[in-house]
Amino acid sequence: MKENTVVNKLNSIEEFERTPVPERKLKGLKSFIGMYAGEHTAGTEFVIGPLFVAHGVTAIDLFAGLIMGNLLAVLSWGFICAPIATHTRETLYFKLEKICGRNLVGIYNLVNGMMFCFLAGSMIAVSATAVGIPFNIAMPELGDWLPTSLGWIVTVFAVGAVITVVAMLGYEQVSRFANIASPWMILVFVAAGFAALPDLGVRSLGDFWQVAQEKIWTGVPMEGQSKFTFWHVMFFAWFANMAMHIGMADMSILRYARKWQYGFSSATGMFLGHFVAWIASGILCAAAGAIAPGPIAYNAAGIAGAICVIIAGWTTANPTIYRAGLAIQGMMPSVRRWKVTLAVGVVTTLAACFPALVMRLLDFVALYGLILMPMGAVIFIDFYVLPRMGLKDNFATKEGLRFYWAPAFTWFTTLALCLLLNMSAGVDIFFLGLPGWFLAALLYIGASRFLQQRKQTILEKAQ
Amino acid sequence: MKNILKLVSLIGLLLTVVPSILYFYGSLSFDMHKWLMALGAVVWFSSAPFWMNQATD
Repeated sequence: MKENTVVNKLNSIEEFERTPVPERKLKGLKSFIGMYAGEHTAGTEFVIGPLFVAHGVTAIDLFAGLIMGNLLAVLSWGFICAPIATHTRETLYFKLEKICGRNLVGIYNLVNGMMFCFLAGSMIAVSATAVGIPFNIAMPELGDWLPTSLGWIVTVFAVGAVITVVAMLGYEQVSRFANIASPWMILVFVAAGFAALPDLGVRSLGDFWQVAQEKIWTGVPMEGQSKFTFWHVMFFAWFANMAMHIGMADMSILRYARKWQYGFSSATGMFLGHFVAWIASGILCAAAGAIAPGPIAYNAAGIAGAICVIIAGWTTANPTIYRAGLAIQGMMPSVRRWKVTLAVGVVTTLAACFPALVMRLLDFVALYGLILMPMGAVIFIDFYVLPRMGLKDNFATKEGLRFYWAPAFTWFTTLALCLLLNMSAGVDIFFLGLPGWFLAALLYIGASRFLQQRKQTILEKAQ
Repeated sequence: MKNILKLVSLIGLLLTVVPSILYFYGSLSFDMHKWLMALGAVVWFSSAPFWMNQATD
């Protein structure tokens, strides 16, 4: 009886996967401020901040690069993703289905869902580094790629189970949880950073800049690490969430926004999470001389620091699993979302057992954004440019196609050319997003024009 | 009642951040800073869910 009640409740959760979000379900600015602040003050911030230290960024390059990169990221959300999301009020997946056809979007959904699973998996792993502290569980080191102990696996499964259940309950619960946790989490990052400063020799705020240059962001990379410059920091900050803004994945979230301007609420996530938290975790890393998220937070802030790492992982893993559930459900629209999310949660938890997800996080984040980005350019061009050129938007729906070659050609060719630039010219993956987006836009315009005009010519000849 | 809960939550946030500043300026021990931060977490999560983000629809 109780089981039936739970199933009925889960079945009754309506997420508007294949219909526009109705007016009565739109959300106010506060929802998005909390959501973005929580989502981008994540467990991974405890990894990314230290990696900048390891890559020998100078203090001035770090601060300038973060300000510029985060500003560009906010503008990308506000001017590229949010206006389309609030106009269509559809998920990314349903919008793509209209443009690309069901079969192509099926491939995209599979790739997207897998990427989200791995990303959420890294968050679960980060949380697990903190959960294991009181149980004295042997945690993986930076060089570990495979599960290191049974205790680690049990810890990961416990964290994954809780996160999956919350994600199954839908966006409302995810948003609520993130909103409640985010103000506290940000203050924990700030407090932990403050508490670590005396260990580095900072006695007053006036000492900070000198210590920052000499002991934290020294400009000298650790052994075996490449040297990062201003450009690395700026492009990483801009494109750390490339899949979400110019890749349009956040259409699924921002379609609930009452106004398109709410896209700028991503500033809370960028300037608290990707600025304050990255700086704070860099300080923690320099003070502790370690990188593992749980222990460095525990050292500076005690139990509260460890809890912060756990919750920071949750608040990012939750919406990521939610998005993965939506992506996979796009392939199986008749299956209830909560059942898909449950399956996604299991796969994600299994992936989280492998510490490689955390240890190669920078590479993975850049790669995942790059793989999904071309379809964001396709949506942008389809929405703004094609109708102005006299070409049809949402071509697959209008023509009844199950696989439209224009976006397929755009996606595969862009990735192939980016791969070529990376492998033959040695262009760092962080720098490929910008030229890749413009390349995808041009390819989609060219391919659409060619295919739509050819179809028109064939029709005219037939008449 | 809601205002009281908000006040309690604010105290939780202050307990989270102020001890670290006091420790930074040498006015508090490191252990006391850590325990007060933990207390701040308990106070925040015991009070904030009862007033934050209610009835968003």
